[in-house]
Formats: sequence, C-alpha cells, structure tokens
Amino acid sequence: MSKAIVTAVAAALLSASLSAVAADETSLQALDARIRALEAQGQNLREQAAAALAAADAARAELEKLKATMQATQQAQATAAVSAPRENSTPNPGGANGNAFNPAIAVILNGDYAHHSLNPDSYVHAGFPSLGGSGPQGLSLGESEVSFAANVDDKFYGQFTISYHDDNGKVGTDIEEAYIDTLALPQGFSVRAGRFFSNIGYLNSHHAHTDNFVDRPLAYQAFLEDQYGDDGAQVRWVAPLDLFLELGGEAFRGENFPTAGANHSGVGAHTLFAHAGGDVGTENSWLAGVSMLKASTTGADDGFSGDNTLYLADATWKWAPNGNTKDGGVTLRSEYFVDRRHGTYSAPADAAIDLTDPLPDQPWIGTRRGAYLESVYRINRTWDVGYRFDKLWAGAGNPFATGFDPVRHSLELTWRNSEFSFFRVQYSHDDPLHGVADNAFYLQYDVSLGAHGAHKF
Amino acid sequence: MLKVYVCLLLLVATRIAGAFEVFACEPEWGALLKELGGDNLQVAVGTSALQDVHVIEAKPSLIAKVRRADLIVCSGADLEIGWLPQLIRQAGNPKVASGPGYFLASDQITTLEKPTSLDRSEGDIHPQGNPHFQLDPYRVLAVAKALAARLAELDTAHAADYQKRLADFSTRWQAAIKAWEAKAAPLKGRKVVVHHLSWIYLEQWLGMEQIGALEPKPGVPPTSGHLASLVDLTKNSHAFAILRAAYQDPKPGDWLAEQTGVPAVTLPFTVGGDDKAKDLFGLFDSTIDKLLAVAK
Repeated sequence: MSKAIVTAVAAALLSASLSAVAADETSLQALDARIRALEAQGQNLREQAAAALAAADAARAELEKLKATMQATQQAQATAAVSAPRENSTPNPGGANGNAFNPAIAVILNGDYAHHSLNPDSYVHAGFPSLGGSGPQGLSLGESEVSFAANVDDKFYGQFTISYHDDNGKVGTDIEEAYIDTLALPQGFSVRAGRFFSNIGYLNSHHAHTDNFVDRPLAYQAFLEDQYGDDGAQVRWVAPLDLFLELGGEAFRGENFPTAGANHSGVGAHTLFAHAGGDVGTENSWLAGVSMLKASTTGADDGFSGDNTLYLADATWKWAPNGNTKDGGVTLRSEYFVDRRHGTYSAPADAAIDLTDPLPDQPWIGTRRGAYLESVYRINRTWDVGYRFDKLWAGAGNPFATGFDPVRHSLELTWRNSEFSFFRVQYSHDDPLHGVADNAFYLQYDVSLGAHGAHKF
Repeated sequence: MLKVYVCLLLLVATRIAGAFEVFACEPEWGALLKELGGDNLQVAVGTSALQDVHVIEAKPSLIAKVRRADLIVCSGADLEIGWLPQLIRQAGNPKVASGPGYFLASDQITTLEKPTSLDRSEGDIHPQGNPHFQLDPYRVLAVAKALAARLAELDTAHAADYQKRLADFSTRWQAAIKAWEAKAAPLKGRKVVVHHLSWIYLEQWLGMEQIGALEPKPGVPPTSGHLASLVDLTKNSHAFAILRAAYQDPKPGDWLAEQTGVPAVTLPFTVGGDDKAKDLFGLFDSTIDKLLAVAK
C-alpha cells in the first residue's frame, strides 16, 4: 500500500516536474521572442531617432535660409519704404483743381527815400540830358513788379512782368517784359520773342532789384535810360565748351530809348552780344562780354534823330572763400560804354520850354563815353558794403556838351534778413556840372514774395 | 572778332565726342555716378562739400557744364531752386531741361518733414520735404536703383554694364549698412544739437534724437539770443554732440560747445567733406567714426 502511495507520489512529482520543465521551455521561448522583438524595436527606434535628427538638421538649415532671406527682404523693404510711390505722384487725378497749373507768381516790392542837396528834377549831367535817373526827392515807391512765369508746353516757356514805376514824376504801370522762350531747340540754340530786356552789357538784362546799389550807374542812366527793353526777337547760342560762351543777336522794334520812331518798318534796332565766363580755381568766377546796339532813330527822348551805335564792354569778377558768394567775398564789376551818333538834334515835341536846353535843329555828330566800376564786399550772409565810381565823357560835337565830364562816387551798405528781403542805405556825391555838386542820401527796402527766384550770376 | 569765332568753332569741333556726360549738382550724386557708371560716364560735379548748396550762384562755369550734359542728377525737393532753373534756362540744352535727362533724387524716395503749412516766416522751408537725405543709406540705395535704370535707359550701349555695376554696388552697400548699423549701435537714443536741420535722415537711421538747432529757423543764421537759449537745453538734456556740416560756420557751434562742454563735431555731410570721405562708403565710415569718437 505504501509502495503504491510512493509510486503515485513519485509519478505525480515526476509529472509535475515534467510539466514544469515543459512550462519552462515555453516561457523561455516567449522571452526569446520578446527580446528579439525588443531588439528590433530598439533598432527601429534608433533608426527613427536618426531620421528625426536628420529632419531636425534639415529644419535648422531651412530656418537659417529663411532668416537670411528675411533679412534681405527687410533691407529691401527698408529701401522700398523710402522709395517714392510712383502711382500716387499725379495729384488731383481728373484735373479737378483748375489752379494746379497756375504759373509761378513772384512779387517784388521796392520803395525808397531819397534826399538830394540839389533838386533832382532840375539838374542835368553835362553833355547828357536828364533821363531816367535816381527818382524823385523824398519818399517814393520804387520799381515794384509782379511776374508770372511757367512752361507753356514741352517747347515753350513764357514770362509776363508788370511793373509800377516812377520815372521822374511820370508814374504808371508798364508791361516790363512779356515774352516766350523756346525750350526744345537743339545744339544750344534758343529763341526769345516778345517784349524783353536786351542781353547787351551786364546790368541791362538784370532786373533792378538784384542790383548792388539803389540806382543804376550813370552810364546806364545816360545811354539806356536805366535799361533798354523793347519789342523784338532774340537768337542765342551757347557753345558746348568747358568755358561758358554765348553768342547772340536781337532785332527790336526801335521804339524805346536810346532809339525811337520804330524805323525800317518797325525793325529799327539790332544788337549783337558775346559773353564768356568761367572759374579760376574754386574761389574765383568771372564773366565778360562785348556787345553793340545799332539803331536808326527818329525823335528819341533826348531829341536825337539819326544813326546811333552803342558799344559795351562788361566784366565781372567774383571771389569768395570756397566759392560761397553769399557768405563772404568780393564782387568787382565794370562796364564801359561808347556811344557814336550821326544825326541832328531837335527839341523833343513834348519837352517843356527850358532855356538850358540846346538850340534846336543843330547837328549831333560825335562820340560820348561812360564807365563805372563797382566793388562790393560781402561781409557775411547779412551784410555787404560797396563802392561805385561813375564817370561820363560828353566828348565834342554833342549839343549838350559843356567841356565838363560828370563824376560820381557812391557808397552803399546793405542788410539782408534773408534771401527774400534787404534794406540798403546809400550815399552819393555827384558832380554833374562844373562847380555844381549834389550830395544824395538814399534809404531803400526791397523784398520778394511768392515764387523763389533763381537769379543770374 | 570773326577770327575769334572761327577759333572757337574749331575748338567745338575738336572736342572729344561720344562720352556720356552727366552733371551732378552735389558731390554725393557725383560719387554715386562713379559707382554706377565708372569709365562709361564723364561726370561734372557742380558744387563741393565746402559750399552751401542752398545758395549757389548760377555761375557761367555751371551753365557750360549743363549745356554739355546728357543727364543731370540733383537732389531736388527745391534744394537747388535758387540756381538750377536758371542754369537750365540759360544752357539751352533740351536734353536735360525735362524728361529722362532730368533726374531728381527726391522723386525716387519719400522725404521727411514735409511742412503742413507754407509760410516764409518759418524760414527757408521746403514744400517738398527735407532735401538732405544723402545720409540715409537706404535712400541712397533706392536712388542708386532708379539712377542705374535711368542710365541704362539713356545710354543703351552700356545698359548691361550699369545693371552689373548696380548689382555689385548693392551687395557691397548692403554689407556696409550691416556693418555701420552694428558699429553705430551705441549711438541709439543719444541726443544731438544740430546747426541746420540737415541731419534728420541720419538721426532717424541711427536712432539719435535731435533736441535743438543753432539756426532759429531753417536758413536763418544763428543769433546770439537763440544760442544763449540753447545752453541750458543742451546741458540738461545730456546731448552728446553739436553737429555741423563741413561748409557751415564753426563759430556758433564752438561757442555753444564752450558754454556747455558738449563737443561740436564737423561731419563731412557729403563726399569730399573730409579726408576720409573720398567716396560714399568713406562718407558713412567717417560720419559714424566721428560720432562714435565723441559718444564715449
């Protein structure tokens, strides 16, 4: 019995152990499989990680690239931001604003006070009838003007200047200039037509408000009644050189002093002019010219009829530290006039009877001359001071000649508040006749309103 | 007389023809033209860094230069209004009177400080905004791009060359801008007193702040009363420099410097304004170096 129990137990144990062995084998196999799976997974993960890393690297590179382009676009944007928007450059599309094309308007206001020790209405310069001149005694409005200017179209420019002036008591408004200029002629040519100031000499084409003195030099007063302007046409050519060189000529109606009568069917006067100029170094500039005015005259303001020719030579020299002429420096200018006349004198029709006038209907054949030299020292942007010497030579054969040659000295001091306004005092000592002297004191204001003028040299 | 004319005509005839001639109103545009045009262009510059370009005279030599030009390049925004229109009207050269031969830098960029009301009692104000924009390198680049296009349009024979030179200039310029901006970082937020209102673009670019000007109003010379009123302001607001251009009178700035201990610095303002400002790159190098030297 006990043997049977032992056997049974042994069998049971055996079977148990056998089954245990079998069970162990299965779990081992499972473990092995799991390990393999894990290993595969690990490999997988490694591969994935590497891939992720590569992807990250790629992303970083992409980012770098992006950053670079962004910087570039930022810079481009910064440039673009400061670039003018071309689309918006046309104001008021549809032309709603009728004033958009209004010409540039510039107004010059000028007035003065003059005190002469001799009555300026009655004194004359020996050899020269009283013409133009320095305006009346006391307070008066000087040359005040309004000017309109604009491009007409692509080929023409137009300017219109009306001036109020007081010409020794004869007051009124004048069409001072009304002309058109060509803009599109090739090769340095330009043509002007209308009423304008002749380009002879230096000061003649300059408006009085840009002068350095209150009044024009005696020679301008005597030979051109301050300034020769007339109805006519001008051709001008500028050479394509390093040096400035302009050549030109004009034909005028011949109505205004020094001519009159509009002879030759209304083409009574001709001019020729040549101007050259340049720089010497950076601090010096010059401009010089020769010109002539030839006219056939009937009944000029001074009573002359006949042929008259006026020759002019002008020279300007400016020196300024570093070329800043508005801040300092010296301007020297001189012009020389020779006036040849061949004709007769007869008293002007509208002249008041004046016993000092020459006898009428006598020949007027002779040469008169005139000159001035002025120098202006620009102290700074605000102040300048200048001296001018005037001289006239009446010559012989002139019904006004007395054998005396007038001389005048002038001193001026100018204060400028800006480019647009100045005040000037001037003292002049004039010896118009032998033994006669005039001491004159002037005060002047001159301002410009509106369009910013661009002045000639 | 006739002999003289004949001689002059011969001179005209013997002039070397062919080169594309450009007139630049200011040295900075002359320098830019050299970058963009090299030997293709014959450049004549009308003014120098020692001149006040607001008040140049319409000198005969300038008329002669404009007469010969195929293109004129100027700042615009009315900077040259006192002389350029006169040069053009006297030169009789339709190529540059209008159209493509008339290139204004101000048309290529936006200006700052456009006044909202115009009254000359406010001084010499420019209706089209402040015209002194040559010290903003981004604006210079914008002008360069437009100018290269214009050169290519007018001088077609060298069109490709202008574009190539522009690309080269842009690359060098953009690299230079980066370097300048990095170098000038310490100037950010610093305060300056200026002589004339000609530094706004530089100030805006480098982040400097302008607290006052020696000129009481633009274009009006400094007065002693106005200068005296700047002494406390300059001291109290801790300005680091008093800026003026090479062409400006040093006396007012020096006086204020003496009163306040704030150094007055003469900046080149444009190409040729000092020894280092030989070209556009030198202009900016020198400007920033001079500012940093007193920024401490």
